[in-house]
Amino acid sequence: MSAVATMIPPQAPPPVPPKPYTLTRFVGSVALGIWLALGVGIFLTVVGGWDPEKFARYGPRFINGLGVTLTLVGLSIVMGAILSLPIAFARMSKNRFLSWFAYAYVYFFRGTPLLAQLFLIYYGLGSFRPQLEAVGLWWFFREAWNCAIFAFTLNTAAYQAEILRGAIESVPRGQREGAAALGLPARVAFSKIILPQAMIVALRPYGNEIILMIKGSAIVAIVTVFDLMGETRYAFSRTFDFQMYIWAAILYLIMVEILRNIWSVLETRLTRHLKR
Amino acid sequence: MSGLFAGFYSILSWIGSIIDPFCGPVGVFRWFASGTLLACGDTGWGDDIAYGFVVTASLAIATLPVGLLIGFFIALGKQSEERTVRLAANIYTTIFRGLPELLTLFIVYYGLQILVQQLLATLGYEGPVEINAFFAGMIALGVVFSAYCSEVLLSAFRAIPHGQYEAGDALGLHRGRTMRLIILPQLVRIALPGLGNLWMALLKDTALVSVVGLTDILRQTGVAARVTKQAFEFYGVACVLFLILAMISSIVFSYLERRTKRAEMGR
Repeated sequence: MSAVATMIPPQAPPPVPPKPYTLTRFVGSVALGIWLALGVGIFLTVVGGWDPEKFARYGPRFINGLGVTLTLVGLSIVMGAILSLPIAFARMSKNRFLSWFAYAYVYFFRGTPLLAQLFLIYYGLGSFRPQLEAVGLWWFFREAWNCAIFAFTLNTAAYQAEILRGAIESVPRGQREGAAALGLPARVAFSKIILPQAMIVALRPYGNEIILMIKGSAIVAIVTVFDLMGETRYAFSRTFDFQMYIWAAILYLIMVEILRNIWSVLETRLTRHLKR
Repeated sequence: MSGLFAGFYSILSWIGSIIDPFCGPVGVFRWFASGTLLACGDTGWGDDIAYGFVVTASLAIATLPVGLLIGFFIALGKQSEERTVRLAANIYTTIFRGLPELLTLFIVYYGLQILVQQLLATLGYEGPVEINAFFAGMIALGVVFSAYCSEVLLSAFRAIPHGQYEAGDALGLHRGRTMRLIILPQLVRIALPGLGNLWMALLKDTALVSVVGLTDILRQTGVAARVTKQAFEFYGVACVLFLILAMISSIVFSYLERRTKRAEMGR
């Protein structure tokens, strides 16, 4: 005979205790509120100060400046990548002189501001005008645009050489030894085994470098190149309208965010064989 | 009281002039560059450039605590359990890591000027307002630095195992003391290399403030270059001075790293 005659009737679970209103939540609400207010404020100033005439005059110039920025960054990144190859190999070479030279190059371009390098090339080489004319290079260094590309290429080559060297050295020694054991020549082993693994390591730093270049390219506005920043300064000096800077900020943010998203897609795609 | 401060200041400046590495009694410019364009005093640019060096260094040093403090709290916000706090912190880093430093500087410099002007106009003061370039540079660079710093500190926070917090709880420490006594010493050790890189970037970014008229290294050498028409030499001097700053900071950082690691087991 069972001792239990009646079962306990089913009951609803106890109510969830209400979340206490913590200081953290208050801080979060305030912070979000500040961002919201800023966003609304910027939106209202843009709407309130909207001037079709200004837009018609400076809109195309902004688009033009955007194109100049992208061209500048694209050209200097590509040429810097080409230039970074010999530097990276010189840095890794056993030749004392070569590796010391590459180290000095990288140290100089990573240790000084890009702005100082740009001034050194644009204004500094200008004082060697007779010599440059004698060599026949004056036409190149006369233009601010060429000087900017030259300075940016040298600068990003130093950074990219370090990225490349770090990535190649991060591939374990066993990979090289494995290739040697299979009888692959060193050249094939490098291009088919070392480089693909190194590139995966280097992918993220390369993306960061491109973003840094996009941001750093704003300084060419100081040496009279009309990139996005240059057009913004021009428009601001004509209109004294603070909106111009807001427009530039939005355009720069869009560029960087698009690139960042492309890069994260690229990274998940290229490393999908490493996922478990 | 003010006499005391004045006396203190004059003693400080006297000590500064004695140990000044450029134009002091044992300064580089005074010994090796007298008679050239880099001489000290009225005949050369040595003392002006030395002043610019001090301004650059002090701007970077003044920005560092501001950026570190903001960055620390942003990093705390990013790992908060509250969604709104995380979102607000992420918006902050997205904006200030995506904007060019020069643009941030202009927005702070001109934007603050306009804001202060409007504020004073409502109070009834109509006059030109000028924001100090040093102050604007400090804010702009500090904001950018803090955005990057929060990322470095966040990854350092994630490297500290949860057991460390639990150990703090087990010892009966409350949250502030757990943070100060247990988490922060380890955090510094992990984050120091990343912070070193950020400090180098900060040093280089200070050159941008010369654009809004702060008399830093680049501004002073630029003025000298324009006056003397020897641009290459003077901008070369500017580059060398920045390299010297970078070398000093890498020495300091390697010392700090050794010092923070002294508690670790020798392997």
